[in-house]
Parts: sequence; structure tokens; C-alpha cells
Amino acid sequence: MSTERSHAVGEHPELPPPSTEVGIIGWVRHNLLSSTTNIVITVLTIYFLYVIIPPMLNWIIFDAVFSADSRDDCRAIAKAAGHEMGACWAFIGKRFEIFVYGFYPVEERWRINLSFILMLAALVPVLFDHVPNRKQGLWFSLAAPFIIGWLLLGGMGLEPVPTDKFGGFMLTLVIGVTGIVGSLPIGIALALGRQSHMPALRMVCVAFIEFIRGVPLITLLFVASTMLNYFLPPGTTFDLLLRVLIMVTLFSAAYIAEVIRGGLQALPKGQIEAADSMGLKYWQSMRLIILPQALKISIPGIVNTFIGLYKDTTLVIIIGLFDPLCMGRASLADTKWQGLSTEIYVFVAIFFFVSCFSMARYSLYLEKKLYTGH
Amino acid sequence: MKLFKTLAVSAAVALASTSGAATAGTLQDVQARGELNCVVTTGVAGFAAPDDAGRWAGFDVDFCRATAAAVLGDGNKVKFIPTTGKTRFTVLNSGEGDLLYRNTTITMSRDADLKLTFLGVNYYDGQGFMVPKALGVTSAKELDGASICIQTGTTTELNLADYFRANNMSYEPVAIETNEEGQVNYLAGRCDVYTTDASGLASTRGTFDNPNAHIILPEIISKEPLGPAVRQGDDQWADVTRWVLNVLIAAEEAGLTQGNVAGHAAKAGSNVDINRMVGTEGDFGSMIGLDKQWAVRAISAVGNYGEIFERNIGVNTGLGLARGLNAQWTNGGILYSPPVR
Repeated sequence: MSTERSHAVGEHPELPPPSTEVGIIGWVRHNLLSSTTNIVITVLTIYFLYVIIPPMLNWIIFDAVFSADSRDDCRAIAKAAGHEMGACWAFIGKRFEIFVYGFYPVEERWRINLSFILMLAALVPVLFDHVPNRKQGLWFSLAAPFIIGWLLLGGMGLEPVPTDKFGGFMLTLVIGVTGIVGSLPIGIALALGRQSHMPALRMVCVAFIEFIRGVPLITLLFVASTMLNYFLPPGTTFDLLLRVLIMVTLFSAAYIAEVIRGGLQALPKGQIEAADSMGLKYWQSMRLIILPQALKISIPGIVNTFIGLYKDTTLVIIIGLFDPLCMGRASLADTKWQGLSTEIYVFVAIFFFVSCFSMARYSLYLEKKLYTGH
Repeated sequence: MKLFKTLAVSAAVALASTSGAATAGTLQDVQARGELNCVVTTGVAGFAAPDDAGRWAGFDVDFCRATAAAVLGDGNKVKFIPTTGKTRFTVLNSGEGDLLYRNTTITMSRDADLKLTFLGVNYYDGQGFMVPKALGVTSAKELDGASICIQTGTTTELNLADYFRANNMSYEPVAIETNEEGQVNYLAGRCDVYTTDASGLASTRGTFDNPNAHIILPEIISKEPLGPAVRQGDDQWADVTRWVLNVLIAAEEAGLTQGNVAGHAAKAGSNVDINRMVGTEGDFGSMIGLDKQWAVRAISAVGNYGEIFERNIGVNTGLGLARGLNAQWTNGGILYSPPVR
């Protein structure tokens, strides 16, 4: 009896939870094996992973050939090593440069690298608050597009490079970034114009937005690449890439305008009235009161449109511009490498995933940062 | 749209005022520009595709280079304009391109209705069928009821329908978009038969892990003469480009090669055909607005027709195409160039 009373009266000391409830075991029990249905699903999932993952790893890594001169070479190397031929990554390796730089002259490619660094540097003060000297940084960001344009196109001391030499990931970035940077201000202007009290302005904006949204991007690209030639006086050609940039920017601006209009309409009318009662002028109230709130609400929609635009850049394939996908297809037409389509598509998919996923993550970060709810 | 049009027109006006109106003939334009704008594909195996270094190479590409060499003196002074099947003719007709070498089938409607001038044939192709050997089929006549992978929106689709109707057979079409897609579907067994141009079949088969497990049936069910074209209405330019093509074919017939052309050009020999081509007899270059050495430059840049063929699509390449119809008429083919004289 005495053993039962060996503890003092009072609170029971805290014991560690049972080992089956915490740690890995606890997690597994709670998440994977909590009911019969869950057990069945878990077992099936593990089986599927078992079926899918080893062959995939074999293909991607263990049976893959990383250095060879042609597809036959890849096959021979795999055979010599005594296994099936997995991915022939040598193909991507050999063509990596033209995937990145397109047909840009080899000795001028440093300009693309420098432009890329400048672009990243210019993005930092725009995207993040807590950077030292942000003010000066923003001035640099404003100047950067012109510097980059000069670097890429040449002239004024640099060897001029015509835009038909642009290609690969560099082309995607040029179209995507220009579209994104250009369409946001145009989109805001259109959204405000659509809500304007001036009928003429409002009608122009509505007509523009509805027209662009009513036509597929691919049609606009066709207009840019072929129809324009018929409208223009014979003998004049103006840069195909410029035409595409204009079309892509306008297209995405129309969508951005509608996204932002959604944000504007979500604001209670009291906000505008409050701004008015403070004696703020139209632009002041927009800049200080309305737009910051409307844009904040619109962030997911805006980023969604940007991601869509970025992926839509692959449509230029049908008018003969060499974006990574088109470069991939053209590479498949090289008799040395024919038939390696999976490698190409996996490679291009990874590139697009990385770009789009970063944009999505940044949008989440921005939403969290600007969150002012309770 | 309005905004866009205004932009476009103002940009065009700005351009026109700086570059000056292009009113001279295409030959003069090309020479003034110092660069030949050649319309090619965005990539067809053996015919035109960028190599590992991004340099264009292929059968059609070499003809572009030969033309540039004849007109500008340098086979590298070519700007290749890659086009899809949908944009190729507009690019040529709008003046963006000077010359089209884009394995394009010559048809009456394209010649007459699309306002093109075709210059001749540089490759005789035709539609064929490929089947797995295991199927045990040896003739296209045995394909009744087969499922067939076919590229939509092409002349091959129409040819196939015509052929099966004429032979009272039925088939099940499996629509595909590109050659790549056709290859994947065919290998996965989603169709029994793959049909496209015979050159395409050969190149596709060349990429298989086990090419010998597939056969190309002997029947060729259509005529696909592939040839270059220029815009209608500039006869001098058409003459220049046509005779570059002709002289490359004639050079093979006469035995003039990339290796020996310089020697022949140095001193008149006993073969008058060769003498006329290399400019040691007569002055044929000036008839088309060029100098005496035009053909020498073209041949030294890329070789004669046979050399271009063997280098890009011949039996020793990945495509492994035999000359077949594309042999010289003296060798059992139908390649027959009018004489340079």
C-alpha cells in the first residue's frame, strides 16, 4: 500500500507523450494509418510510387548518358555499360548554349549574361522593401530596361545584333519580362479609364479591352506576323519581334485591366468618399488611397495573368520565332539527335516550372507582407 | 487595335523614311543589302535545321547558300527566315523573304493562285507507308481496315483518302499534328501504319532503336515534287535563282565538283559544257545580271547537286535516302537540267 502513496499530493508531473503518438511513428499513425480507408490509400500510393519512381530514376539518372556526340553514340555507350538507354542528356548538354542564347553571335553572348544580371539587380529594389539605398535602386530599375535594350540590340559602340538572332530562354525572358513590365501600367491605366467619368475615354478603354479579350492571342500573333505586311506599304518590314512584343503586351494589359477593375470594385465606396472629403485630387486619392488597396486585393489575379502570359510566350512557335520549345523541335530535326523528344520536353518543362513557381512564391510572399486583416 | 494600327503605321513611316523605298529589282535589293533572305522551315530533318552550334545546315539550306554565293560571293551571307507551313508564303509575298527553299510541294494552285513562281524541282518526293515487319504486310493494297497515323491539314491526308477510296478499302485515321507526334504514336502501337512523305518515313525510321523491325512499303501514292519559289513578277530574279538550281544539277551531270571546280575555272578545258558553266567560254553570267564566275562560286560554296544530296540526306547520313527518282536522268532518275548554253 505504501508504494501507492509514495507521491506527494498535488500535480502529477508531466510525462512525455506515448512514443506512438509523437515523432515519425505518431505522424505515420495519424496521417497515413488512421482508418481502414487511409490504410488502403496509403498502401496503394506506396505501390504506385514503387512502380513509377524506380524506372523514372533509372531513366533520368542511372541509365542516362551525359556525354556523347550523337544519339547513336548515346545508344552505344549505354550498350557498352550493359543497360538500356535512359535519357540522352548529352543532347541537352551539346545544345545548351543555343537553348539559352538562341542564334546570338558567340563572341557577343557576354552581353546577354550582363543583361541578365542587370535585370536581376533591377528587380531587387522593385520586389523587396528592405534593401539598402532603395531609392537610388529604383532609379536604376527605371534606367535598366534601356540599358538592357541597348546591350541586346547593340549600336552606339556595340556590334548591332538583329532580333532574328534572338532565341531560346533569352527570347522567352525578353518577351515575358517586357510583357509583364509593360502590361501592368497599361492595365492600370485601362482599368481606371474604364471607370472614368469621361464617356469618350471610357468607351475607348472598354472597346480596347473587349476587343483584345474577344480574340485569341494566337490570332493576334498571326496578325502581327502576316497580316500587318499587307496593311503596310510594300517593301517596309518592321521588326517581327517588336510586333510580337507589342501584341503580347497589349493582350496581357487587357486582362490585367479587368483583374484590377475587380480590385477597384471590391473597395467600399466609403474609401473614395473619404479621400474626397480629405480634399485629395483624383490622382492623389488614386495614388494614396485607392490603388494601393485595389492592387493588394488583385495580387493573385495579376500574378496569375503574368504566369499565363509567360507560358503563352511559347505560342510564338507558330510564327517561326525560336523560343525554347521551337528550338527543341528544330533540334529534333538534326539527324544526329532525332527522336529524343522526351529529353527536350522535360528540360523545357523544368525551365518553365522554375520560372512560374518563383513568380507564384513571390506573390504569396507579397500577400503575406501586405496582409493587414485581423 | 486602333492604337496598334496607329503605332504600326507610324513605325512603318519612320522606317520607310530612313531606309528609302525599295523599288529596284530583287537582285539589286539583295546586292545592296549584302544579304540574301532565304525562307526555310523551323526544322525538318536533313532539309533545314540548326546544328549544335546554331548554324543552319541541310539540303534546302545548301541551295540557299549556293544562291548567296552566286549573287553575293559568299555562301554565309544568308539570313535564314524560319517559317511554319502556315506563314511561309506570306513571308515570301510580303517581301520579307527573297527566296523560298522550304520542302514545298509544287502545285498548280500555289503557282497560280498564291502568286508564286516555282523555279524547278530540287527533290522528288512521294507519299509512302511504314509498317512494323511483324504485321506481315508487304503491299499497301493489304492495308484494308488498318489504323493509320496521319498529319492533319496536309496534302498527305487528302492523298490517303483518295488512295483508299480508289482501291475500295477502309481505314481508321489517327490524327496527329507533327512528325514527332506521329513517331511516338506509331511506336506506341496506337496506329498500325504511319504515312507521310517517303523521305520523312526514311528519316523517322532511321531514329528507331531497331529500324529493321519496320519496313517502308513499295507503293508511293502521290507526287510531291519539292521545289524553290520566288515572288511572281520579278523575272530577272526568277532567272537568277532558277539557273543557280539548274547549274548545280548540270554540274553533277558534267562531273564538276566542289573539289575540281577551281581547276576547271583556271583554264579552259576540252569539255564545252564545263567551260560554259565556269565562264571560260561565253559569258552566261551577264545574261542574268551576274559575272562570269557565278557558277564557280555557287559550286565551290556547297558542291554540286549530288554532293549536297549525299552530305545532307544521302545513304551515309542519318536519313539514309537513296537517290531513286532524284538520280540524274543518265543514271535512271528523272533529274534533268536544261543545258547552260
